[in-house]
Amino acid sequence: MGLLTGLKKSLTQLFSGGATQRRIGIYGPPNAGKTTLANRISRDWTGDAVGPESHIPHETRRARRKENVEIKRNGKSVTIDVVDTPGVTTKVDYAEFMEHDMEKDDAVRRSREATEGVAEAMHWLREDIDGVIYVLDSADDPFTQVNTMLIGIIESRDIPVLIFANKTDLEEASVTRIANAFPQHETVPLSALHGSNMDEVYDKIAEYFG
Amino acid sequence: MAKANSDSDTETETDANAGNGGEHDGVRIDLISGERLDDLASMEKVRTILDGVRDGNIVVLEQGLSPDEESRLIEVTMSEIDPNEFTGIEIETYPRPDSGGGLFGRLMGRNDTAKLTVIGPADRIQTLHKDETLISALITRR
Repeated sequence: MGLLTGLKKSLTQLFSGGATQRRIGIYGPPNAGKTTLANRISRDWTGDAVGPESHIPHETRRARRKENVEIKRNGKSVTIDVVDTPGVTTKVDYAEFMEHDMEKDDAVRRSREATEGVAEAMHWLREDIDGVIYVLDSADDPFTQVNTMLIGIIESRDIPVLIFANKTDLEEASVTRIANAFPQHETVPLSALHGSNMDEVYDKIAEYFG
Repeated sequence: MAKANSDSDTETETDANAGNGGEHDGVRIDLISGERLDDLASMEKVRTILDGVRDGNIVVLEQGLSPDEESRLIEVTMSEIDPNEFTGIEIETYPRPDSGGGLFGRLMGRNDTAKLTVIGPADRIQTLHKDETLISALITRR
């Protein structure tokens, strides 16, 4: 975490009279496992899920917030709002949804909702997010333009960010490739689906966003 | 760009090319200098890019956009996607160098935006290869 980020956090806490509740946005490209992670965190600490998961891209088409998620680590507790956001992209083609056995009307409706969701996610990032968990599929190439732009946007706003290399259960997964793509940030490996390495995930969330 | 029709006079040819390149069997590429972009406000830059791309052109920026402008470009692009007309943009820039300088780096005048940027309609441009020194893209006709 940068010096200025830490200073900003300390000043915020000082003037708010103690611990603050921070909105942590879960960002990343479509199908990286953002909702699976949001559900894992939410279920582990509140018992409730945030939203439905799917292998079809853009299942999440509205930013969804789970408030008051209290994470207890090392005798301390950290309370955050988890904001699960739609996967960010620069293009949405309804024809891609039809490849998932969707009728044209449904595919068009889904694409319209997806575009609104991405715009909403960008707006949240500029206005309402205090920290970011950036989720990537460890089996995918991280050197994409969307990832480069999103990380650049987050850095430009001086928002603390953790990179989560998800889907480490997949045979083709490479955490090293992700760590090498964004060496300026800490990368945490995990499988949100199987719940592996969640202890480290919660330690890092408490450390970065507490 | 494809050769203009032989029976067109100069003025007609210019007008035809100014629209979308669709008058001719080719692809129009707009290379926008950093100087020209510097004179525009953020939303004017976004508008200039999207107007060009929606006309089917490839837009090349000598200097890229700032992160905030990139954020607005994504947001406005999403609001303009139309399932029957416009599926969005393909955008490529060289990777930014380690930007660990954050706010301090910006205060010290570091220019993170000086990156050549290629933007085109998502249904016409496909990135074939990209690394720190090379962007290779395939541009198809409509």
